[in-house]
Amino acid sequence: MFKRIWAWIQKFSSPKHFYRISGKMIPWFAVPAAVLGVYALYMGLFVAPTDYQQGESYRIIFIHVPAAWMSMFIYMVMAVSAGIGLIWQIKLADMIAAASAPIGAWFAFLALVTGSLWGKPMWGAYWVWDARLTSELILLFLYFGYMALQSAIEDQRTADKASGLLAIVGVVNIPIIHYSVEWWNTLHQGATVAKFDKPSMHIDMLIPLLLMAIAAKLFYAAIVLIRARNEVLYRERNRQWVKELVEKL
Amino acid sequence: MNGSEFSWSEFLHMGGYATFVWSSYGLALVMVVFNIVSPMIERKRVIARVKRAIKREANSRQTS
Repeated sequence: MFKRIWAWIQKFSSPKHFYRISGKMIPWFAVPAAVLGVYALYMGLFVAPTDYQQGESYRIIFIHVPAAWMSMFIYMVMAVSAGIGLIWQIKLADMIAAASAPIGAWFAFLALVTGSLWGKPMWGAYWVWDARLTSELILLFLYFGYMALQSAIEDQRTADKASGLLAIVGVVNIPIIHYSVEWWNTLHQGATVAKFDKPSMHIDMLIPLLLMAIAAKLFYAAIVLIRARNEVLYRERNRQWVKELVEKL
Repeated sequence: MNGSEFSWSEFLHMGGYATFVWSSYGLALVMVVFNIVSPMIERKRVIARVKRAIKREANSRQTS
């Protein structure tokens, strides 16, 4: 039984098989991502009411919060993939991890900048060294560290091991980001959605926020597949199937 | 928005927070476009590189 499952996993995680399947999957993520993203923008900018405390400035939330969620979600995907690559030597997992890093870094950057653009009118400062902001900045640096190790080490297997180890150790930072607003007295507002109680948010604000979060996940799925396909072509460049495929392109 | 009728100038004004709101949305747009375009360029580069390697291999086989 185990042997059969293992054989199945190996077949479906072979770079060649992945390349073929993923090419067909991309539009199934990309198209809903675009449709949902535009709809969420419309809802967030035109339908959602003005916040009684923060006025119109709160509309940054529809970019900021999904970006912050994605930065953490992608980090977990990256770390888990890197772990699978380290333990079971599945090459595809390392490729997914490597493909995820730059996307996650972009989301972390977007979360930090939009947060700072929100902080200026609300707190009076673009940046404060507060626990939430600092731990999110560390997340961005963890992504940079992963990418630096990937590109600095010539041998691919060594690069995957070193960067994968960094990614796994860095997982410690994820609960710190999440609970930072509870553990420390921070300027950053507490959770309004991701808590066990009922979300303390107007439904017309919550809907565009959640739609945007789903659109962002679909966007990531499409982009990570495109990037992972590039990784397959590059890392498997000496394989016969890649040579044959490339000559037809 | 406040008021009964929708006005574009009021919408773009964002209750005085236009700079902050629109630069956030602008950066998000840049981020999305960059993340779509950059892997496409990368793909072309990888394919070109593999093609060059194939050619080099074919050449060295002819000369030796």
